[in-house]
Amino acid sequence: MELFTPDFGLVFWMFVSFVALFLIMWKFAWPAIMKGIDSRAELIDQGVLYAQNAKEQLDNARLQAEKFETEARARQAEILREADRMKSQIIEEARTEAAREAKKEMDSARVAIEQARKEAQQSFRNEVSAFALDIAQKVVRTELADEKAQARLVDSLLDQMETGK
Amino acid sequence: MHILKKAGMKSVRTILWSAILLVVFAAAFPHRACASGPDSGDGKFDPKEIIFEHLGDGYGWEIPFDHHRRMPLPVIVRSVDGSWHCFSSAHIDGHAVYSDGGYTWTVPASGDNKGKVVEILSDGSEYRPWDISITKNVMALFISVLAVLACCWPVARWHRRHGYLAPRKFTGAVESLIDFIYRGIIKPTLGQDARRFAPFLLTVFMFIFVMNLLGLIVIFPGGANLTGNIAVTMVLALFTFFATNLFARKHYWKEIFWPDVPMWLKFPIPIMQVIEIFGVFTKPASLTVRLFANMMGGHMIVIVLTLIIFILADLGSAALGATTVVSLLFSIFMLMLDVLVSFIQAFVFTMLSTTFIAMAQERGHDEEHQHGHDKVGTAGIKTLEN
Repeated sequence: MELFTPDFGLVFWMFVSFVALFLIMWKFAWPAIMKGIDSRAELIDQGVLYAQNAKEQLDNARLQAEKFETEARARQAEILREADRMKSQIIEEARTEAAREAKKEMDSARVAIEQARKEAQQSFRNEVSAFALDIAQKVVRTELADEKAQARLVDSLLDQMETGK
Repeated sequence: MHILKKAGMKSVRTILWSAILLVVFAAAFPHRACASGPDSGDGKFDPKEIIFEHLGDGYGWEIPFDHHRRMPLPVIVRSVDGSWHCFSSAHIDGHAVYSDGGYTWTVPASGDNKGKVVEILSDGSEYRPWDISITKNVMALFISVLAVLACCWPVARWHRRHGYLAPRKFTGAVESLIDFIYRGIIKPTLGQDARRFAPFLLTVFMFIFVMNLLGLIVIFPGGANLTGNIAVTMVLALFTFFATNLFARKHYWKEIFWPDVPMWLKFPIPIMQVIEIFGVFTKPASLTVRLFANMMGGHMIVIVLTLIIFILADLGSAALGATTVVSLLFSIFMLMLDVLVSFIQAFVFTMLSTTFIAMAQERGHDEEHQHGHDKVGTAGIKTLEN
């Protein structure tokens, strides 16, 4: 069958044309094309790698930020708690201080009042005794206006002194 | 959704109208269609003759839509006395006898040398000379080479000028095809040897693909059944054979002559060696036949489907009309399938060539740990091949 027997002329020309085509393409076309394709593939790979790295870094940064945020929040809460504690402590201290101050004030007030009372008592006493002396003087003056009365009084006083001994 | 549906309706309507028109035409001109058929030589319709004429080679190329005249092509033959002769194929067209300064040439219509140029010697006997004529197939070969160059040259020029940037339009399409083969098969299979063998493999792919597609175009510059010709596929397979065996590494030969099998399989009687050596030669043979048979089969089916119209023409206009529609629709379907087959066969040939070369490039076990990933790719394609 002629279909299954290779024709010499066609084999010859096929050989020639393929070799010619191969040499031309090998020398002038394929290196440039392969270089282009390879470098593009490399660029794309690098781009993907870069993007992956960037994403990783972004994720890391986000994680870091989150960590910082939670830390900050915890710290904030702690500070607030601390402040609260300090506030109550301060209030407590102020309260005790105030109580102490008040007590001191009250004590001194009491002492002052006592003093004043004593002074008042003293002066009242002095006054009363002065009044009494005055009255006594006045009484004595009126009573000792006559001789008889005077003598009687001296006598009684002498008696008293005698008995008193 | 609505638009899609509308487009579908439209195409269905187009096909229906075409079919109706075809029936009308076929019914209106049945005899003319027969008369202008390719059988007008001796009046007798011989499908086998027509099929082999279309599948085979020829001196001269049919002028589109004209079955009687052919474009003349140069016939180059070496006479029995050793002198070379070159003349136009127009002289020997239609089995004519051409005499040129004492040498007589013709193309016999029958006999051993049917369809080939022979020299009529002085005693009347036929001598089949060395024949390197630019036949229809050779011409198609040259056109294919030019077409491949025309396709790939802009891609190369683009990359020389723009580096890694991707080209657009047709150049981009060709580049993506090359990229598909280069980064899809060659690089994963050959690994670090890819750069060495890629030029050969890419040339093979583009050449086969362009030849396949040109073969599907019915008229000039297509129409030659190139990849369906065993001479073409054989030469291509031989190149793969040489690329495989001439550049093979030590490990490849070791696997052939002293494979890792039980001793009784290789020592007293070299069973494995015989099988392996047989395999070395069956690989290119399978490449040859696979491409040849697939492409020839596709061409043959389309021709036979077309010829059915003429075979059934005797049954009357109705049968002729119906067959025309059915045959044409089938032919169109087959041609579309052949476009796919054109790509697949070019792809398969390239892939198998790559695999064969990669198997010959495998390193021994001492180097294996560096190239483990290459082997995985080869193994994957090996299973595909089976």
